Amino acid sequence: MDSFGDLLFYLVIETGFLKAALVVNLLLVVVMILTLMERKISAWIQERHGPNRVGPWGILQPIADGVKFFTKEDIVPSHVDKFLYIIAPLVSLFPALVTFAVVPFGDQMTVNMFDHLVTIQFQVADINVGILYIVGIASLGVYGLIVGGFGSNNKYSMLGGLRSSAQMISYELPMGLAIISVVMLSGSLRLNDIVTDQSSLLAWNIFRQPLGFIIFFVAAFAETNRLPFDLPEAEQELVGGYHTEYSSMKFSAFMISEYSHIITASSLVATLYLGGWQIPGLAALNLPIVAEQLLQILAFIVKTSFIIFIFMWVRWTLPRFRYDQLMNLGWKSMVPLGLLNVVLTAAVVAFF
Amino acid sequence: MSDAAYNLKTDRTILNFGPQHPATHGTLRLVLELDGEVVVSAEPHIGYLHSGFEKLGEYKTYNQWVTLSDRMNYLSPLCNNIGFAQAVEKLIGMEIPERAKYVRVILAEMSRIADHMVWLGTHALDIGAFTAFLYGFQARELLYVIFEHTTGARLTTSYTRVGGLFRDVPHDFKEMTYNFLNYFPGVLKELHGLLTRNRIWVDRTRNIGYLSREDAIELGVTGPTLRGSGVEYDVRRNFPYLIYDRLDFDVPVCDDGDVYSRYLVRMEEVAQSMKIIKQCIDDLPDGPVSFFDQKFALPEKEKVYDTIEGLIHHFKNIMPGHGFEVPKADIYDATEAPNGELGFYLVGDGSHKAYRLRVRPPSFVNFSCFPHISKGAMVSDVVAILGSLNVIAGELDR
Repeated sequence: MDSFGDLLFYLVIETGFLKAALVVNLLLVVVMILTLMERKISAWIQERHGPNRVGPWGILQPIADGVKFFTKEDIVPSHVDKFLYIIAPLVSLFPALVTFAVVPFGDQMTVNMFDHLVTIQFQVADINVGILYIVGIASLGVYGLIVGGFGSNNKYSMLGGLRSSAQMISYELPMGLAIISVVMLSGSLRLNDIVTDQSSLLAWNIFRQPLGFIIFFVAAFAETNRLPFDLPEAEQELVGGYHTEYSSMKFSAFMISEYSHIITASSLVATLYLGGWQIPGLAALNLPIVAEQLLQILAFIVKTSFIIFIFMWVRWTLPRFRYDQLMNLGWKSMVPLGLLNVVLTAAVVAFF
Repeated sequence: MSDAAYNLKTDRTILNFGPQHPATHGTLRLVLELDGEVVVSAEPHIGYLHSGFEKLGEYKTYNQWVTLSDRMNYLSPLCNNIGFAQAVEKLIGMEIPERAKYVRVILAEMSRIADHMVWLGTHALDIGAFTAFLYGFQARELLYVIFEHTTGARLTTSYTRVGGLFRDVPHDFKEMTYNFLNYFPGVLKELHGLLTRNRIWVDRTRNIGYLSREDAIELGVTGPTLRGSGVEYDVRRNFPYLIYDRLDFDVPVCDDGDVYSRYLVRMEEVAQSMKIIKQCIDDLPDGPVSFFDQKFALPEKEKVYDTIEGLIHHFKNIMPGHGFEVPKADIYDATEAPNGELGFYLVGDGSHKAYRLRVRPPSFVNFSCFPHISKGAMVSDVVAILGSLNVIAGELDR
C-alpha cells in the first residue's frame, strides 16, 4: 500500500465493494422501473392507459410512489408481535437483494487501471458454488413471509404465511432438480462456467434441456409468488395475505423484495437456459473488446427483460391456483418430471 | 407420524370473512369455521345493507317506488324497474302499448348482458383473472352509454312508469343497438378464449360448490344457479310476460351443478340475450310508449300547458298525497331478472299507495344455498362459490 491509488485499488477493485454497492443500487432502480413497467404492461393488456400523469408517459410514477410510501404513517398495530413484525420485511428484503450477487452479467475483461492490469468480473462475486449459493439464499426468503404472517397476529396473514412456506418448499425441489440437470451438462456449479458452456445457439440449455427449462420456469413463478401462484397474498381470498397488516416502507420492502425476486429469477432463467450474456457468433465479428463487452451486457439485459415481460404477461392473463392444486402440481407432476429429466440427462451425459 | 404429533391439540379457526373484504363486493359477512383451509361451516350474516325498501313501498306512490327499485339491484336496475311496473300494471289490469313492451324486452335483455358482464368480471377477478374483469367492463360500458342515452342515467335509470315508459327511446336507439350487437360477439369470444378452456379456470371451478337438482328445487333457487343444476326453469319461458312468448330463444341448462356449469349457463344466456335483442330491434313497432289513460300516465307537456284537463291530470299524478289508485287486491308477479326470479307481492288497499310491498329477491333465495354448498370447500373455493351465485347485497338485504 504505497500510494493512494493502491489503497483505492484495493478497496474498490479487489474487495468488489464498489461493484456490490453499484449492483444493489442498480437492482433497486430496476425495481422502480419494473413497478412502472408492470403497470404499463397490464394497462396495455387490458386496453387502458396506465399511469400517465406524473412526467411524460408517467415515467416519474415510481418516484411519486416512493415519496408516498416514505411519507405514509408507519403503523405498528397494537396486536402484533413487535419484534417479528418489524424484522419480517428486512428478512424478506435481504435475500432478495443478495441473490443477484453471483449472477454474471457480462464476460470478464482485462484493462489497465492505475498501472495495474485488472481483470474486471461483471459479477459481484464469482464463487465456485454459485448455484448452490442462489438456492440456499433464495430459500431464506420464505422466512420473511412466514415471520411476517406469524408476527402480524392476523388470521389472514397467518394463512398467507403458511401457504407461502408450503409453496416455496414444494417448488424448491423441482427447481433444484432442474438445476441439477443443467449442472450435469456444464460440469460446474460456477455460473460463469455454465454460461461459457452455452457458447453456440444450439448449446443453449433451453434446447438441450427443454423439459428442465419448463420445470425451472414454472418453479420460478412459484418461488417469486407471482400469479398463477400468488396464493400467499391472494388479494381476493386473504385480503393481502402476509402483508395485510403492513403499511408505509415496511409494505414497500415486501414489494421491493417481490420485484427483486422477479429480476433474480429472470436473470437466472437467462443465465441457465438462454446462454446468459452470450451472443452466438459475436466472436466472429472481431469487434473491439469494449464494444463486445457492452453488446454482451446488453444481450443479458434483453434476455432478462424478455423473461420479466413473460412474468408480467402471465400474471395478467391467468387465474390463480388453489392451494391443494398447487401442491398436486408440485409434488405429483413437477417432481417426477424433474427426476425423469435428471435421469435422462444423466444417461445422455454418461453414454454419449 | 409420532404419537406426540397425533396428540397435538388442534383447534378450528373462526375466520370473519367480511363485511369489509375484497371478495364480498359489497357488505356481505360470512363467518367461516376452518379446519386448516377447509371450511367446516359457513354462516352468512346478512343485513348490513338493509335500506327498508319494502317498508318505503308503503309510503311512496307506485311511480315513486320505481326510483327505489333502481337502488335495490345496482347491476341491473332496468330489470327491477320493469318487474315492479309490470306487477302494478297487472294489479290494475292494464295492457301496455306494443312498443313499450318491445323496448322493455330490449332493455331487460341489455341489462341482463350488463349484469352478466359484471358478474363474470368480478367472479374472474376473485379467482385471480384480472384481465377478464376489464374486458367485461368494457363491453358493459357500451351498454351503459345506451342506457344513459335512453333513460338519462347510467345506474339510477328509473325508466319505467306504471303503464309504460317514462319517455320514448332516442331516435338513434336502433343504430346504437346494432352497433352493440356487432361489437359484442367479439368480446364474448375473447372472454371464452381467456377462460372457458383455460385449465386453471376449469380446475378452479369444476366440481366446486356442487348443488344437486333436488336441493336446488327444495331451496327455491332460481335463475342461472338453478339452470346450472339442470332444471329447465325460466320465467320467460314458463310464465311468459311482455312478448317473450313470441320470441325465439333457448333456455341454456347445464347438468353438473358446479361453479363451472353456472359459468357456462351465464355465458350462453348472454348469447341468447343478444338473439332476443336482435329479434326485437328488427321489428320494433312504432306508436306510443305509454298507456293512453292520463289518470295513470303523465300527459304530454303541450297538454299540460294548453288544456285544463292536462294540467289537472299532471297535478293529480305528481302531487304528494295524490296519484292513481289501484284496486283493493293483492298480486304476485315475477319476471326473470339476471339472477333469477324477481317477484313482487303487492297488496293494494284502494289508495294510491301499497298496503304492503314485498320483494322476492333472487339473491336472497339463491344465497340460502351458500352454507350448504360451501361445506368442505377451501377458502379459495368460498370466493369462487360466492362469485358464482352473484349475490347483490342491495337486493339481498333490501
